[in-house]
Amino acid sequence: MSHFLTYNVLTATVASAIAYSSYFLLAALGETVGQRSGVLNLGVDGIMLIGAFGCYYVALETGNDWLGVLVGMGIGVVLGLLTAFMSVTLKAQQGISGIGVFIFGLGLSDLLFVRFVGTPLPVSPLPNVAIPLLSKIPAVGRMFFHQSLLVYLAFLLVPAISFVLYHTNYGTKVLAVGENPAAADSLGISVTRIRYSTVLFGSMMAGLAGATLLLLDGIFQEDLTQSAGFIAVALVYFGAWRPAGVMSGSLVYGIVTAVVLQWKSLGIIPTSAADLAATAPAIVTILALVVVAGRYKAPTELGKPYVRGA
Amino acid sequence: MTTEGPEVEAVRHGRGSVTWRRLLLSWFALPMSALAALIIGGLLILAFGANPISGYQALLSGAFGGSYALASTAEKAVPLLLVAVGICIAVRANVWNIGGEGQIVMGALAGTVTALVVPSLPTIVLLPLVMIAAALGGAIWAGIAGFLKAYFNVNEILSTIMLNLVAVQIMNYLLSGPMVNKSQSFSVTGLIPQTKLLSRNAWLPTIVSGTQLNLGVVIAVAVAGLVYMLLWRTGFGFRVRAVGLSREAAGYAGMPVKRTMMNALVLSGACCGIAGAMLVFGSISHRMVTDGSLTGFTGNDGFNGIVVGLFGGLNPLWSILSAYLFGGLLVGGTAMQTAIGVPTDLVTTIEGLVVIFVVSMEFLRRNARIQEEAQIHAEGDAPAPGVGRRTVLLKFMRARA
Repeated sequence: MSHFLTYNVLTATVASAIAYSSYFLLAALGETVGQRSGVLNLGVDGIMLIGAFGCYYVALETGNDWLGVLVGMGIGVVLGLLTAFMSVTLKAQQGISGIGVFIFGLGLSDLLFVRFVGTPLPVSPLPNVAIPLLSKIPAVGRMFFHQSLLVYLAFLLVPAISFVLYHTNYGTKVLAVGENPAAADSLGISVTRIRYSTVLFGSMMAGLAGATLLLLDGIFQEDLTQSAGFIAVALVYFGAWRPAGVMSGSLVYGIVTAVVLQWKSLGIIPTSAADLAATAPAIVTILALVVVAGRYKAPTELGKPYVRGA
Repeated sequence: MTTEGPEVEAVRHGRGSVTWRRLLLSWFALPMSALAALIIGGLLILAFGANPISGYQALLSGAFGGSYALASTAEKAVPLLLVAVGICIAVRANVWNIGGEGQIVMGALAGTVTALVVPSLPTIVLLPLVMIAAALGGAIWAGIAGFLKAYFNVNEILSTIMLNLVAVQIMNYLLSGPMVNKSQSFSVTGLIPQTKLLSRNAWLPTIVSGTQLNLGVVIAVAVAGLVYMLLWRTGFGFRVRAVGLSREAAGYAGMPVKRTMMNALVLSGACCGIAGAMLVFGSISHRMVTDGSLTGFTGNDGFNGIVVGLFGGLNPLWSILSAYLFGGLLVGGTAMQTAIGVPTDLVTTIEGLVVIFVVSMEFLRRNARIQEEAQIHAEGDAPAPGVGRRTVLLKFMRARA
C-alpha cells in the first residue's frame, strides 16, 4: 500500500483514470442526448467497434491519426442512420435492434480486420499535449493537463452539451420530444427530425469513442471494446441522464479501473485475485444503478417509438 | 361475446385471429429476413475476392452434409436452443434478458463444482444433480437482475449486461486459481485456465455411436417442449404473456406483475444455466475451459441464443428449428473458412443482420395489425356489459398478439 501512496504513482493513476474515462464519456454523452429525446441506442458497442477499426485502418494506411478519427466519426454517422431508420422510422423494438447492431459490429469489425490488415501492427497513439501554465501546477498539472486532445475534447463536451440541452431552443425541443412527443408534435416540432438528429449525433460520438479507445491502445484486436459501449449506456443511467452526472459516472468507472490495474501491477492485489478485483467497476456500476433508479426518473418516453394519435 | 368462444381459445393457444395478410407476413417475414442477411453476407464474401456460391456450398455441406455434420450441428444447436427458450420466457414477459452470457457461465460453474465435489455418485444421480445445480446457478444470477428490477426498478438490460462482466471475471478467477488443473504440462504462457477432466459419471452419454451426439439434444428439446406447455397451457404462462403485453392491464386484472417479471427472468436464467452445463458435460474435452476473453467459454452463445429465439418467433417449439439452422450456420462457418478463406466472423455479421431485418420486418406486421384492429372497431365489437375482467384482458391480448 505504501508504494501506492507515493506522489508519482498517485498522479500516474489519476492521469490514466482520466484517459480511461474519456472514451466511456464520449460514448455516454452521445447516448445521453439520444435518450433525452426518447431513443435507447443499445448498438453503441457495435458502432464503437466498427468506428475503431475504421480509425485503425486509416491511421495505419495514411499515418494520419486525425484522418482516422474523422473516419471513425463518419462510420458512426452511417450506422446512426441505420439505427435511426430502425428505431424512429420503422419503430422497431429498440433494445433488440441495438443488439442486432452490436452483433453486426462485432462480426464485421473483425471480418474487416482479418481481410484488410491481418497481422496486428501498432499505430502511433495520439501525443499527449501539455496545456501551457495549467500543466505546471504541481500534481494537478500532471494528472489533468498532460492528456491527448481527444481526452480534453471529451471533458469540454460536458458543459457544451449541458448548455445545448438546457439553454437552447434545440435542447428544449429534444427534452420535450423525450418527455411528451405528442405535445411537441402538436406544437409543430418534428419528433422524427429531432430524434434522427440526436441518434445521428449519439452514433457519431460512439464512432469517436471507438477511435479514441483505439488511439489510446494503438492497436486493433477482436472485440477491442470489451463491452465498453454497453458500459457507456449503463453510465447514462448512472449519471441520471445529465451530462455532469454522466461525467461523474465515467470518472468513477475510470478511477476504479485504474486503481485496480495499478494495485495489480504493484502487487497490492495478488495476481491470483486480479480477476476477482476486475469485477469492481461493474459491481460499483450496478450499485450506482440501484441508487439512481430510486431517485431519478428516466425520460418518460425512453425506448418508446412515437406514433401520432396512438 | 359473453363466454370464451373459439377465438379466445385461439388466443390462449398463441395463434390469435389471422387475416391472410398477417398469415403471409408471419410466414414469410422470417425467411425473407434470413435471405436478405445471406445476400449481404454474399456481397461481403465477394468483397473478399471469394466466390459466394462455393462459400455457401461449403457452409451447407459443412453443416448438413452427412451424418457427422448433422450431428455436429445438433450438438452446436443444444446450448443455442436452451438460451433461446430462456429468451422466449423473458421476452414474452417483456423483460429483456441480455445476460445469457453470464447465466451460462454461472450455470456451468455450478454444474462443474458439483461434479468436482461429488464425482463418484452414479450417473443416474450425478447427471440430474449437475443439471439442477446448473439451472440454479443460472437462475440465481438472473434472479439478481430480476430482484433489482422488481424491487429497485433497475433496468434489466443494463444489470444483466453488467452481471455478464462480473460472471466472466469470477470464472477467470476460479478456472485459473482454485479450480485450475494443476497437473497440466507447464508452458511458457502459464497454465491454461481449465479444470481437470471431470468425473465420467457426469458426462452426457452419447446417443448415436460414432458421433458426438449426446443426451443433451434430448434434454434441450424436452426443455423446449416443457416451456411451450408452461407458456401456453398454464396459469403462470398466461400471466407471463399478459404482463408482457401490458403491465397496466395485467395489474388491473389483479396479476402480481412484479413477481411474474422476476419469475420469468429467473426461469430464463435457469435455461441459460443448463446451456452452460451442456457446454461442459457435452463437450469433447469434458472440462470447463476458457481463454481469458469475454466469450472464451461461451463462444458468444448468450447473444447467439437471442438471435435464435427471435428467429424462432419467440416460440420455444419454433426455436428448435431455428436453433438447428443457426447451429448449422455456426458449424458450417468453420467449413466455409477452410474452403474459401473467409473468417467465421462472417457468420456473426450475418447473425447481426438477421436481427436487424427481423426487427425491421416487424414494422410490416404491425401495420397489418393496426388495420385489422381498425376493422374490429369499425364492426362495433365492443365487450358486452357484464363481461369478466379476464375476457376483456383476453380480447385485449388478441388485439395486441
